Amino acid sequence: MLVRMNQAVSAAIAAEMRDDPTVVLWGEDIGESGGVFKATVGLFEEFGADRVRDTPISEMGFLGAAVGAAATGLRPIVEIMFVEFLGVALDQLVTEAAMFRYLSAGEYSAGITLRASAGAGLGFGAQHSQMLDRWVIGSPGMTVVVPSSARTAYGLLRSAIRTDDPVLVLEPRQLYGTRSDFEPGDDAVLPLGKAEFIAAGTDVTLVGLGSTVPTIGEAMEGSRWSADAIDLLTIVPWDSEAVLDSVSRTGRLVIVEEGPEQGGWGADVAATVASKAFDSLKAPIVRMTTPNVPIAFSQSLEERFLPSATDVAHAVDELVFSGRCVSPWWEREGLAT
Amino acid sequence: MSLIGEPNPLERRDVIKFDRLARLGRMIEIRRVEEAIQQLFAEGAVRGTTHTAQGQEAVSVALAAATEPSDSVTCTYRGHGVALALGMKPETLLAEVLGRSTGAIGGVGGSMHLCDRSIGLMPTFAIVGAGIPVAVGAGLSSKILGSNAIAVAVFGDGATNIGAFHESMNLARVWELPVLFLCENNLYGEYSRIDRTTPFEDLHRRGGSYDMDSRSLDGQEVESLTVELQHEVDQIRATSMPRFVEVKTYRFAGHSRSDPATYRPEGELDKWLKRDPIALASAAVIADGLLDEGAVEALDKQVSERVTEAVGVAVASPEPALKSMFENVKADS
Repeated sequence: MLVRMNQAVSAAIAAEMRDDPTVVLWGEDIGESGGVFKATVGLFEEFGADRVRDTPISEMGFLGAAVGAAATGLRPIVEIMFVEFLGVALDQLVTEAAMFRYLSAGEYSAGITLRASAGAGLGFGAQHSQMLDRWVIGSPGMTVVVPSSARTAYGLLRSAIRTDDPVLVLEPRQLYGTRSDFEPGDDAVLPLGKAEFIAAGTDVTLVGLGSTVPTIGEAMEGSRWSADAIDLLTIVPWDSEAVLDSVSRTGRLVIVEEGPEQGGWGADVAATVASKAFDSLKAPIVRMTTPNVPIAFSQSLEERFLPSATDVAHAVDELVFSGRCVSPWWEREGLAT
Repeated sequence: MSLIGEPNPLERRDVIKFDRLARLGRMIEIRRVEEAIQQLFAEGAVRGTTHTAQGQEAVSVALAAATEPSDSVTCTYRGHGVALALGMKPETLLAEVLGRSTGAIGGVGGSMHLCDRSIGLMPTFAIVGAGIPVAVGAGLSSKILGSNAIAVAVFGDGATNIGAFHESMNLARVWELPVLFLCENNLYGEYSRIDRTTPFEDLHRRGGSYDMDSRSLDGQEVESLTVELQHEVDQIRATSMPRFVEVKTYRFAGHSRSDPATYRPEGELDKWLKRDPIALASAAVIADGLLDEGAVEALDKQVSERVTEAVGVAVASPEPALKSMFENVKADS
């Protein structure tokens, strides 16, 4: 059946809430109003005000409450409406939740699922358009996942809710309205930490995450090369086995990230491949990112900001046929270094 | 009957609840353990930092007496007193401060990170105010799961200026959760006196903003404080509504190991030393005819010897194995 990504999120939460009475949900405007992205529609009606709670605008308070609730018998799902709002509550995620098991010798754990909308593409401006996975991926104890579709949002979220440690689920905002054809249910649950191959090929390995997965799909259409295309799905812990295995066969790697060049997850992937699969590489590793600037509002600027299918196709052409690692567009056009 | 050195933390908790002399003995134990920690630091046996609470022992002991092991307590990095009062054994605490494998969490935490679920002590928080919303969540668990447990957030006066405090008070009130907000107002937030950081000193007034039952209690007399806190805890359990208690107390030492506390107004420390909770409780048991002066001295001696013994046990404990660094990061580690 065709399912929109925001419907898939609701369906995944509903399935887990039906299976486990300790699963609870809270966040801003997620109850009767169903969430600003309509990703929690119907849950308040089905599960009631005790388990589905609208919060005050107090991210530090209600995320901290999730830590305490998770440690004492509940399984909270918390929505941070825009991932930027996590800034005021980051302590509770990276300093408390992520370390709760460690600092209790395993006596307590903070099995929270923290969902947040993330990323650009909808014209929300600089402070409502970032990915910000980088705030969290350096915090041991955390698991970080980014779905790329309705199907993966459903499958990953169900696993995240069942996890006894904190999981950050970053839902690309621009994908909430996109549809997948799949059957929700136990068979659609996806394991965390496991990448998916979305295409099999021989010339190049393409690695994407979240919004760049559909971009990669588009770039492959009509191309003169064949790609092993990997949807990473989980960034911590990322599936190095899948990537290394693919690169050992293709000898080329292009990583496509939504996020500034400095400090992104793609740098980890590139470093690991360079260290562990150096002998397989026939060409430099290419890392495509957004420029190191805030996200501009104007539609023409925002569209250029994100890696496009044309950018990806061009970079792979150059890599496969000339062995060249192209510079980012902002360098080629002399706009920034 | 042995006042200290009982075999397990739960029994140590139990005796506090029912035995007034045990409460005095536990306060002495906390004082002696913190003195021992300061001594170990001076000798270079301990690394990093530590935050002691000499002068605040009555608050920790009264809290332990008024609550149950099934209640959840979130506490600050100034947590030795609360941990010992709730039942943690001195050698377990000292070994953690020394970073040894027999410590509360195997030596990976240190002075600021103590925990024992069996007595309701959640991991203590090294970030000011961070434990307050966590207690709110524990209160929510009780409410949703239908248990009779309450949650207690222990924090200092300085934490009432952090957003987490206000968000937590508001959330607990609006969600009607069984949480005791216990503020140890010792007049200093780290190195700064309250009058330089906060518009008024009577912090219980802050509860009014959240339409929460709030009061101020004397933190130096352990017996009266135990009775009053028991009343508060009983009310929370009966009504499933949060309450805010400000306890007026004082720390005799500086903020941390490196702080000589020279910033205090002249005479302030002397004034509070006259209200030393151990001296007050000792005088009271003598006045009430429970012990004579000699017996109080004997109690002190007995406790001190037990603490010295605990120091020896902790110092002799092995360093953690390297693999302990990799354990308990996630469920599968």
